[in-house]
Amino acid sequence: METKRLICIGCPLGCPMKVTLNDAGEVQSVEGFTCRKGDVYARKEVVNPTRTVTSTVHVIGAIKGEPTVSCKTKTDVPKSKIYDVMRDLKGVTVPAPVYIGDVVKANVGNTGVDMVATRQVL
Amino acid sequence: MYDVVIIGAGVVGCAVARELSRYKARILVVEKEADVCCGTSKANSAIVHAGYDAAADSLMAKFNVQGNRMMGELCEELDVSFSRIGSLVICLSEEERPALLRLYENGVKNGVEGLRIVEREELLSMEPNVSDDAVAALYAPTAGIVCPFGLTAAFAENAFTNGAEFRLNTKVERIAPAKEGWEVKTETETILTKCVVNAAGVYSDVLHNMVSEKKIRITPRRGDYFLLDKNTGDFVSHVIFSLPGKLGKGVLVAPTVHGNTIVGPTAVDVSDREATNTTADGLREITEKAGRSIKNLPLKQVITSFAGLRAHEDGHEFVLGEEEGAPGFFDCAGIESPGLTAAPAIGRHIAQLIQEKLSLAKNPSFNGTRKGIFDPKTLSKEEYAKLLQEKPAYGNIVCRCETVSEGEILDAIHRPLGATTLDGLKRRVRVGSGRCQAGFCTPRAVEILARELHVSQSEITKTGGASRLIVGTAKDSIEGEARI
Amino acid sequence: MKRYEIVIIGGGPAGLAAAVAAYDEGVRSILILERDRELGGILNQCIHNGFGLHTFKEELTGPEYAQRYVNMVLVRGIEYRLNTMVLEISPEKHIRAVSREDGLIEIEAGAIILAMGCRERSRGALNIPGYRPAGIYSAGTAQRLVNMEGFLPGREVVILGSGDIGLIMARRMTLEGAKVKVVAEIMPFSGGLKRNIVQCLDDYGIPLKLSHTVVNIEGKERVEGVTIAAVDENLKPIPGTEEHYPCDTLLLSVGLIPENELSRGMGVCINPVTNGPVVNESLATCISGVFAAGNVLHVHDLVDYVSEEAAAAGKNAARYVARALEENPRHEIPLLPQNGVRYTVPYSVDPSLLQETLTVRFRVGAEYRNCFVSVYFDDERMVHKKRPILAPGEMEQVTLQKAWFLERPNLKAVSVMVEEA
Repeated sequence: METKRLICIGCPLGCPMKVTLNDAGEVQSVEGFTCRKGDVYARKEVVNPTRTVTSTVHVIGAIKGEPTVSCKTKTDVPKSKIYDVMRDLKGVTVPAPVYIGDVVKANVGNTGVDMVATRQVL
Repeated sequence: MYDVVIIGAGVVGCAVARELSRYKARILVVEKEADVCCGTSKANSAIVHAGYDAAADSLMAKFNVQGNRMMGELCEELDVSFSRIGSLVICLSEEERPALLRLYENGVKNGVEGLRIVEREELLSMEPNVSDDAVAALYAPTAGIVCPFGLTAAFAENAFTNGAEFRLNTKVERIAPAKEGWEVKTETETILTKCVVNAAGVYSDVLHNMVSEKKIRITPRRGDYFLLDKNTGDFVSHVIFSLPGKLGKGVLVAPTVHGNTIVGPTAVDVSDREATNTTADGLREITEKAGRSIKNLPLKQVITSFAGLRAHEDGHEFVLGEEEGAPGFFDCAGIESPGLTAAPAIGRHIAQLIQEKLSLAKNPSFNGTRKGIFDPKTLSKEEYAKLLQEKPAYGNIVCRCETVSEGEILDAIHRPLGATTLDGLKRRVRVGSGRCQAGFCTPRAVEILARELHVSQSEITKTGGASRLIVGTAKDSIEGEARI
Repeated sequence: MKRYEIVIIGGGPAGLAAAVAAYDEGVRSILILERDRELGGILNQCIHNGFGLHTFKEELTGPEYAQRYVNMVLVRGIEYRLNTMVLEISPEKHIRAVSREDGLIEIEAGAIILAMGCRERSRGALNIPGYRPAGIYSAGTAQRLVNMEGFLPGREVVILGSGDIGLIMARRMTLEGAKVKVVAEIMPFSGGLKRNIVQCLDDYGIPLKLSHTVVNIEGKERVEGVTIAAVDENLKPIPGTEEHYPCDTLLLSVGLIPENELSRGMGVCINPVTNGPVVNESLATCISGVFAAGNVLHVHDLVDYVSEEAAAAGKNAARYVARALEENPRHEIPLLPQNGVRYTVPYSVDPSLLQETLTVRFRVGAEYRNCFVSVYFDDERMVHKKRPILAPGEMEQVTLQKAWFLERPNLKAVSVMVEEA
C-alpha cells in the first residue's frame, strides 16, 4: 500500500488528490477530485507520468540567419526521462532547411521517441 | 607628458576638456566607467536653474547665473536639446509668502533676470494643474530644461574632435607630485602631466585629499526620481518647485526635453559612493510629496525610477581653482546642484586658469560646432521619404516605444566616442527608454552593437564592467556528451 | 497612395486569423503589416506545447500553431509586408508606415483591424527599489533570447510574477541549464494556469511563494541578489519577513498591457480596465471601420480564443467594406460588468447586427468558488451557469442567443455577474 498526493491540472480549482496504490502498483482509489477530469488525470499521472519536452537545437546555413530551430518530442516521454532528452540534445546541430516534423534527433535520450522540428527554417 | 589630465568625464570634466581644446595643449580625460556621463551628471533633475536659490556672493550663485546665460548659445553650437521653459516656485500659504519674497530678493541680488511674483490667477493660467492651495509663485523665465547626457556627450565629442584624448574604463588610483607636474597612477600605468583637473564628482574629495593638507569632505547625497510616460508630457509646462516650508523641502515636477515628466528628488546622505539604488522609503517619499504643489499627478504612469548621487561638500559650496600648496592641481569639487547649469561657466573658468598658467596658445583648428545625432523626426514628410531611400537603415525601427531606427543607432555607435554599451545607446538615442523599458528592443540592440563592434553578443554589456547581458548559451552547463 | 479594402495592423495570431476570415468572406484586397521579420508574432518564441486544442483538436507548439495560420494566409495569396512599422494612423484610416525595404509607405484603408497584441509590464511600473544592473529581464525578453537566439540570459534565476510566461520560462531556463530558485507572486493566487504551475514548477521542485514580492535588487553591474518579502492584505511588504536570494537574474512576469499607442493616436476610445479599445458586437471600435481583436483588445490566456475572436473581427470588417454593417441609427444595448466581473468584450450590442450567437468574454477580479455566472436581460436571468471556481487568471465566456434579443425589443441593458451559491 502506498499513497501519493498530487494536484489536478484540469482547471484553476487545482483539487488536491490522494491516490492509493496497492503493492502491485495499481491504483486502488482516488480521493479529492471534484470532477471526472481529476480522476482520469490522477490515475495516469500516478502510474505513468509523461511529458512532451520542447527545446531548440542549433541550425546552420539558414537563409535568414536563424541560429536555432525549435523542436519537441514527437510524443510524450516518461517524466523521468526529461533530463536524458536534454542531455542528448546538447551539441546537436542540423543543417537548413528544416521543416516542421523533420527529425532533429532520433530516439532522443534513448526514449524510443524522435525529437522533431516544430518550425520551418529555410 | 600631457599638459592636462582631467579626471572624470562627467559634465564638468567634459566642459573643461572642451574649453581647453580651444588651446594648443595635450589633453587627456580619464574616466573609470565605460562611457562619459555615468555618475552624478547622468542622474539628476536635468534642470537649468535660474540662480535665485544659491546664497548671494557664493561661487554657486556666480557660476549658476553665468552658466544659465551661456546655455542657449552653447546648446545651439553643440546641437543639444535645451528649452528655456521657465520655473515656478509654488507658495502654498500666505504664511509662507515672506520666504517667497526672500527668494525673490536673493535672486535679484544674484543677478537673475526677469524674476517676478505671480499671483494665483496668473499662476493658474500658466499651470492649470497647480495645487488648490497655491497662493502665489516665484516665476523665473530664464530657467530651463536640458538633456544632461546630451550636454556632456556634446562637450566630450567636441573636445575629442578638437584633439583631446579620452581613456575610458580607467580608474585613477593615486596622484602624486612629480619632478615636473604630476604623476597620475591608474591600475595599469603612470601618466605624467603638467596639470591635473579633479572633476571626480563624489570622489573629488578623495583626489583632493591626496594632494592637499586642506582636507575637504564630500558626502554622497542620494536622490530618488520617478520618470513618467510621455503621455504625461504636457501635465506641467514649467519646472515646478515647492517653496521649502513647514513640511520641509518638496520635490520638483518638470517636463523633460524628451517629453516625459520627471518627479523628485529625495535627499538622503549615504556613505557608499556607488549607492545609486532607489529605496522603498525614497520612492514612498516622492509619492507623498509629489502632490503638494501639483494636483492629480498621474503617478500610475511611472515608467521607471532611478537614483543619483550629488557630491555634497560640507560647506555646500563649489570648490574651484588651483589648490594652494599643490601647483597645477585644479579642483572642480563639491559640484552639486546647480552644477549642471554651472558646468559651462566652470569649464570656461578652469580652462582660462590653466591657459594662463601654461601660457597656452590658441588652437587654430578649433571648431566649436558639433552636430548631434541626426533625428529623422525633425524632417518633413518629403525629406523623410528621401532619407529612407538614401539610407534604408533609417527605415528599420528597432525601438518601438521611442521609434528609434537602426540608422540612429549606427550613428550613435560610429560617432566620436560612440556608444559601446546598451546604456550608452539608450542615453544617446533613447533605445529602450520608452514605456516598455527595453523589453522588446534589447535583443535587437545587442545584436547590432555586437555586429558593429565586431564582438560576440555575450561580450555586450549594459554599462561596462561585469554588466554582461548574456551569460552563456542554452545547454552549455548541462553535463553530457556533445554530439554533432 | 495605395488603397486596400482591409489593412491589418499586426501579423500575429490575431492578424493572421482576421486576414483569413476576411478573405473567406469575399474580400480580396487585404494587406497585413507586420513589424517583425516573420509572421506569427509572439507564438514564434512560445516553443512549448499546449496550443490549438480548441482550434485544431491537437496539442501544438507555438511555432506550429503559427505556421498553420501562416499557411492559410499563403495559400490564399494574402499580401503582407514584414519589418514594417506603422508610425501613425489617421481617423480617416490613412496609414503611415516605414520599412527598410520600402521606405516611407502610405496606405489608405477601407477598414482597419487592430491586431498589435500586447507588451509586458516593466519593472519601472512596479516601483521595485534597488539597483538597475544587467540581468533584469521581462520573461518574454528572456524567452526570445533563449528560444530564438539560443542564449542563456542568466544562470541563477528568481522570477517575480506567476503569469504563464514566467512559469513557462521557469521550466525553459531550468531545462537549458539554469537554476530557478523561486517564483514570487504578490497576489494570494497565481495568475497562471494550474497546469503550468504543476508542470513548470512542481515538476522541477521550484517553490512558488504566494503573497510575496521583490523588495530590493542588489548588484551594481550585474544582478547579485534579490530580497523577497511577504506582503499583507494591502500588498504592502511586511517588515521582518525578508529573505535574500543570491542570483544573477530577475525575470519579471507581472502582467501584459495591450499595445494601443496607435489606437489612441487615431482617437479610438480605450477602456481603462482592459487598456483595450471599447468595441461593440461586431468588434468595431468607436471609429467607423476600425476593428480590434486579440491581445490588443484584451489580454487572452489561450491563443485559440484569439484566433476565434480575430476571425469574427475579420468577417465583420469584410461585412463593413461590403456595406452590410450599415450604420442605421444603432440600437445600442450596453453590456454591464457587475458583481465581480471586471469587464466584458464586447461592451455593447446591436441585436440586428448579431450572428446567431454572441460570445461574451470577461474576467473576474478575485477568486470565487462554487458560484454562478449569470447574465440578466434587464431583470430577467437568462444564463445561470454553475462554476466550481472562477479566477482572475482565466478568461471566462458565455454565449448569448440572437433570439433572446429579438424576443425582447424593449431590452435596456444586459448584465454579466458572479452570483454566490
